Amino acid sequence: MKYAGLLVMPAGFFLAVAALVLFPDTPRRVAFVLCGLAVEAMGLVVAVRGHMPPRGASRP
Amino acid sequence: MNAIPPIVPVPVPASIPPMSDAAVALTLGLLLLAPMAIAGVALINSGLGRSRSAAQAMLGNLALIAVAIIVFAFVGASFASSLGSNAVVLHAAGKSWSVLGLGPFLLHGLGAAAPQAQLALLFEFLAVAMAVLLPWGSGADRLRLAAGCASAAVLAAVVFPLAAHWIWSGGWLSALGANFSLGSGFLDAGGAATVHALGGLSALALVWIAGPRRGKFPREGLSTAMPGHNAVYVVFGSMLALVGWLAWNTAGALLWMHAPLAALPGTAINTLLAASGALAATFSVTRFRFGKPDASLCANGWLAGLVTSSACAALATPLESLFVGVVAGIFTPLLVELLELALSIDDPSGAITIHGAAGLWGLLAAGLFAPQPGQFLAQVVGIAALLGFIFPLVYLLFALLNRFVPFRVDPDGERMGMDLHELGGGAYPEFVIHSDESYR
Repeated sequence: MKYAGLLVMPAGFFLAVAALVLFPDTPRRVAFVLCGLAVEAMGLVVAVRGHMPPRGASRP
Repeated sequence: MNAIPPIVPVPVPASIPPMSDAAVALTLGLLLLAPMAIAGVALINSGLGRSRSAAQAMLGNLALIAVAIIVFAFVGASFASSLGSNAVVLHAAGKSWSVLGLGPFLLHGLGAAAPQAQLALLFEFLAVAMAVLLPWGSGADRLRLAAGCASAAVLAAVVFPLAAHWIWSGGWLSALGANFSLGSGFLDAGGAATVHALGGLSALALVWIAGPRRGKFPREGLSTAMPGHNAVYVVFGSMLALVGWLAWNTAGALLWMHAPLAALPGTAINTLLAASGALAATFSVTRFRFGKPDASLCANGWLAGLVTSSACAALATPLESLFVGVVAGIFTPLLVELLELALSIDDPSGAITIHGAAGLWGLLAAGLFAPQPGQFLAQVVGIAALLGFIFPLVYLLFALLNRFVPFRVDPDGERMGMDLHELGGGAYPEFVIHSDESYR
């Protein structure tokens, strides 16, 4: 799960970059860049959850 | 409060106007003071760790700086294209995207370069030295010295040059203004992105890979408190950092934003206001949460305010700088607590919050308060690049590195303390080391 989250994050980055190229008008460009950032945030959340030790598990 | 006008940056011109001799001399003088910030962070790293790892932490600070500077001189400066204009340029959608520098290796041509280029290179040397210290502090008490040096080499050879080229040396982020009419392109005069956000995100990657200190998160109950061993180091380090930050922010405004000399006092005042607002906010939050102010968290808040100033001291008005600092001071203790208690992230120096989160907040705030249209979007794209490309890249490189140079010391070494295990002697040989009650 932690690797899935880290793989999702570049997808958000490329979405943000694609928005710059594809949308010359500001509102749609802003919306898609923010969507890219939101995808990155979701990837980060998944990565954080993936790195959390399970409850009750043996920890170092 | 609005008497001091912010600097209004202009899009980077094709040929950067040369600096006057006075500006060159002033920038050099300021950059010679900037290592005070590095010394402050080194003291904080050591003070927030345990006494039995203090000497290793301090020696590690020096060793990592040395490794980073040598590697950056040999390789990194070329990829950052600090001394040349050659670069790998992709062409897409009718625009040029400069993605990687290809300057001369081994600092070839340094003597013949313009003074401004040499100063930019010096700035980058200091920036890389600071950036590599941030993950080292987060890995305190369990990160091996060899692994710390190896991580510094990776950051100095690959990751930092990439970010520095994108942001400072004519890369695609700095060209967002010219290519897409996004303000003046991504702005980072004091290194909030290239140093602090990069270092803070690297700290998160390193902490995830190395794991928490033994006994930090027991099977049952809350996490174990492992307070830093010397609050005086931490607070004095914060004071020392202020000197370096003032120098760093004003030198950055001169170098990267081509600010007039008359704008520098305002930048310095904004730096002071951001730090002071953050400290006041953290003091109040910890006083409210715990009944008494917490010294190490207040120092963290102060430093978070300084980090935000790296992004927006040259762009914002004094009132805006104060606001940005106050916000950083409020979320710093809360995020430190959240990371430790809710997310099981063991970050002794707090670099993930102080440098990572506060750096990103400062960059966003710079976009909010910058006077030119489109700047906010440029800052958001820069943040997206840091989070969506640089962070996964650092994680991948650190995970690969961990296979060849294991990050974590063995359990006996951790129990014994990094000083005895790695150096054969402690930092405080005449002090009685108390038994560790954190192991259950």
